[in-house]
Amino acid sequence: MYAFDYQRPAGLDEALAALRAGEDVKVLAGGQTLLPTLKQRLAQPSALVDLAAIPELSRIEHGPYFLTIGAMARHAEVAASPMVAEAIPALAELAGLIGDPAVRNRGTIGGSIANNDPTADYPAACLALGATVVTSTRRIAAEDFFTGLFETALAEDEVILAVEFPVGARAAYRKFRNPASRYAMAGVFVAARDGEVRVAVTGAGQGGVFRWNDAEAALSADFSPAALDGLTLDPSDVMADLHGSAEYRAQLVKVMAKRAVAAIAS
Amino acid sequence: MSAPVPLALTVNGVEVARAVAPRTTLADFLRLDLELTGTHTGCEMGACGACLVMMDGVPVHSCLVLAVQAEGAVIETVEGLSERGAIAELQQAFHQRNALQCGFCTPGVLVNAHALLEHGGVPTREDIRDALSGNYCRCTGYEAIVDAIETTARLRAGAEGQP
Repeated sequence: MYAFDYQRPAGLDEALAALRAGEDVKVLAGGQTLLPTLKQRLAQPSALVDLAAIPELSRIEHGPYFLTIGAMARHAEVAASPMVAEAIPALAELAGLIGDPAVRNRGTIGGSIANNDPTADYPAACLALGATVVTSTRRIAAEDFFTGLFETALAEDEVILAVEFPVGARAAYRKFRNPASRYAMAGVFVAARDGEVRVAVTGAGQGGVFRWNDAEAALSADFSPAALDGLTLDPSDVMADLHGSAEYRAQLVKVMAKRAVAAIAS
Repeated sequence: MSAPVPLALTVNGVEVARAVAPRTTLADFLRLDLELTGTHTGCEMGACGACLVMMDGVPVHSCLVLAVQAEGAVIETVEGLSERGAIAELQQAFHQRNALQCGFCTPGVLVNAHALLEHGGVPTREDIRDALSGNYCRCTGYEAIVDAIETTARLRAGAEGQP
């Protein structure tokens, strides 16, 4: 790691001021991706602003229309939260499938979506559930937030405060994990509400998380696993690496999508 | 740039105050500053689990936590767990079942096993394997480790000691 300064402000205003105070000042959330990145010298921030001492960023709230998860809520907290389990059980299940237990004890939802790793789990839930990312300056629809591999709509000095998930959809997440890293080789989040079906795919897209429009159309007409039988995800848009070819991943996406639909339908 | 930052935390029941460079990981702080070398550094990328310590009651990869992030935290390393007898039965079971060979991964495995058994009850073998999903062992093939943890859980639950 290159050297950097460190600050742990107790309030948001102080954090935002610290972010604007220098060149290449970065936010530190859970650090589970940032620290490996720094160790590999893939980033050289002048300072890190740790958000861990700002209590309101860890809040989880369940209102009549939304479940709001603070940016600093750890994966283990989301997985174990009775509020999340009641409002959107699929989201609690997803959080419990991230990484290993020790990673879940540190990693945060805000850090995960700000990083937008193409194999991360939360982006699929955000996209399928139509979440809104609440930042220090604005509200961003998930559709507009994830802009490409490791890219988001966030400005340099913009901080995610919370993610707002609409409640009321029937939803399920199914993930084929790399057995060693536990990253998604294919993760599919399906959400159905009032006849509208959304299918969001992570772990497979060359441009990161995406919605599988053909599957959405098929499931809107007939919400059953069999409705996906005739579909094939175009492998030319799918990632290929040593863990699996594009064709293999495309098939995994289909299988995970069918399992998610079956879970909702049962 | 990056002047040392004052750090105060509790390690194995002892209040510790030091000044550390922000880029020092908790793993390096424990090993180099406090000479608690039971916490091992393997991959240093959060994959192998050799560096697991308890932080405020839950296991974390100490290689993926900056020491300065542990300000005010309560840390327990394998030395602390061992000295207060918290993992005595686990250590005994690991010994009896030959659940280690080179022993490099063992501190992290013990910390994770301790955290799992703190939840109480007897976890299934699947639960145990899931809890250990972030621990790499290149010697044992894991079977003996799972056996030892299961045996300890049964012992503590007052059930049969041997499966």
